[in-house]
Amino acid sequence: MMAIVERDLRKFFRSPALMMAAMVFPLVQLIVLGNAFGGKIRDAKLGIVNQDGGPQAVRVIEALRAVQSNARTFQTIVYSDERAMVSDVRKGEINAGLVIPPQFSRDVYAHARPRIGLVLDNTDNFMTSTFEQTMSSLVEALNQPEVEPRVLQQTALEVVELYPYIEYMKYLLPGSITLAMFVSVMIGGGIVYIDDKARGVHEGYLVTPITKMELVAGLNVAGALKAMGAGIVLTLLGSLISGVGSTFSPSNLFWLFLLIGCTSFAFIAMMFLMMVRINDPLVPRAIFGILNTLLYFPSGAIYPIQAFPKWLQGIAFIDPFTYSVHGFKAVLLKGVGLAAIWPDLLYLGGFAVVMFVLSTLLFKRTL
Amino acid sequence: MAQQKAIQVIDIVKRFGNFTAVDGVSFDVAEGEIFGLLGPNGAGKSTLIRMMTTLLEITSGAAIIDGYDVRKEADKARRCMGVIPQAMTSDGDLTVWENLSIYSKLYGIPTAEREHSIDELLQLVDLTQWRDAPARNLSGGMRRRLEIARGLVHRPKIFFLDEPTTGLDPVSRVAVWEMITSIKEKRNLTVLITTHYMDEADRLCDRIAIVDHGKLVALDTPRALKASIPGSSVIEAQFLNAPDNWEQILGGLAGVASVQPEGRDMYRILTDDGSRTTTELVETAVRSGVQVKTLTVQTTTLDDVFVHYTGRQLRDHLADAPLYQSPVAWGK
Repeated sequence: MMAIVERDLRKFFRSPALMMAAMVFPLVQLIVLGNAFGGKIRDAKLGIVNQDGGPQAVRVIEALRAVQSNARTFQTIVYSDERAMVSDVRKGEINAGLVIPPQFSRDVYAHARPRIGLVLDNTDNFMTSTFEQTMSSLVEALNQPEVEPRVLQQTALEVVELYPYIEYMKYLLPGSITLAMFVSVMIGGGIVYIDDKARGVHEGYLVTPITKMELVAGLNVAGALKAMGAGIVLTLLGSLISGVGSTFSPSNLFWLFLLIGCTSFAFIAMMFLMMVRINDPLVPRAIFGILNTLLYFPSGAIYPIQAFPKWLQGIAFIDPFTYSVHGFKAVLLKGVGLAAIWPDLLYLGGFAVVMFVLSTLLFKRTL
Repeated sequence: MAQQKAIQVIDIVKRFGNFTAVDGVSFDVAEGEIFGLLGPNGAGKSTLIRMMTTLLEITSGAAIIDGYDVRKEADKARRCMGVIPQAMTSDGDLTVWENLSIYSKLYGIPTAEREHSIDELLQLVDLTQWRDAPARNLSGGMRRRLEIARGLVHRPKIFFLDEPTTGLDPVSRVAVWEMITSIKEKRNLTVLITTHYMDEADRLCDRIAIVDHGKLVALDTPRALKASIPGSSVIEAQFLNAPDNWEQILGGLAGVASVQPEGRDMYRILTDDGSRTTTELVETAVRSGVQVKTLTVQTTTLDDVFVHYTGRQLRDHLADAPLYQSPVAWGK
């Protein structure tokens, strides 16, 4: 069995392009998606039409300018005509428009439900929610009475965050590590395995007295070791790039190594089961994209599973990616150990064993 | 004393769905013999060798290798056979030495023995100076020699080679033939070889089985096979302005055993007396006003044997056959 492992690893280390391919894709995804989706909106354009001109309108505009100079969420542009401003929102020249209606100041003083209008381009959900959130906070601040009442009449919700703020790149890291192992398995256990089969390399194995189980185990161990290499490199590099310092504590390193090992074996066993009866070298290439979408996206790596419809949650439930991503999140982002990840390790280990047994049963000892 | 049988093939059949690739073939190979399976592409040679080497399941019949039935004692049979598949399957990324080392390990050769055994094999196939070269840097002939060495890492008694010289240049082919003969002598091997090259079968093999459409059509020594067909010489001639009864006229020439028209006024004449028939043929042509366009005279070859037993020429088959007809593909 070790001869097969040795042969596969020698080949792997002599093909640096293959090794790179297994790691570059998840790394690029981590850096590009992490930066693209992780930031906050800055310098969006907000048009303002002040039809009131009273002191309360000035107060609103001052509050908006405070946001402009501090959080820089938007830049304000003053319009004299409401229609022109709405037209510019439609054309995309500005992102939103604020209308302070006539009589606004008077309504404030008269406690007559004063209103401010916000015109939004709601084709961009992210921009819309940012404006809504910022404006709601701003209006809430403006609504605070200048003199505190003697008895507090409103119940306030105090939010306690257990962990420091997690940037999106850090949030993506567990998925990227898992994806690196999957890509490695897809190349090493899928494409290379079928190519070797088509070139007749396996014919050479089949005429030796090696048993069916030794053969399957050898190919699985070789594929898992390659995937572990990709996982370890991505964990270390990805942690450095996204600034996850907790990776490097000895206990976390141990749990991460355990997760990488279990994930690699689960993935290679699953891939081998899928490929065990395939002979056409085009098949693994053709299903690469489908598998990636089917396994990576429902795993919670880039979006919470709780937001999925039931059928997608069903896929997530059996998807080994889900357990791997959950385990990596627990160790990398929360710094918790076995207490949190044992169900993940158990599932991944069990999944690997079931897949291995099935692929050994299905493996043909003949051509 | 009767020679021991190294290989026994008994009424072996292989079907892929409705297609019968090998149809009730039986033969024995004696210890120390070089036995050839000769036939065109798609004749069933590779399917036969794959059944004998445990690579394909046998539909019915039996193959016994060194006393072991390949269906019942596959691992024991595998230990006593070396197999060189048709395709070059050595790893281009690995060095010559690494290729041999990996296979030694697959056969469980002890570490102490391995180094010495590989060095000896490299000498045997004349690749010692290339031991650290990546296999992809070797020429086709050298790569085939590496594969031959690879098939011998566990000192097998029986050596199967599936079209070992296909794709090699004439010089490399001769080198491979010499190597097989030499290794067979040095290691006291029984060799079973498949080929569609008549000269290869003629030169290498002690006995030849001609296979066509999955059936064994003739089996004997090359000399006996050639002697088994009428005529000791073959005249191939092409004529211009030949009359309609020209085939009949040719059949009446001195010593002629048979005449086969091959299209476009080309005839293949088997004769017991090549020089006399040729002289008469030229004289008759001149007398009849027929122009001799081309004329060749040669002694009987295995191609003639093939034509005799199958009714077709081996080279026609090769031209018509697909480049590679995989029995695995048939099975789909």
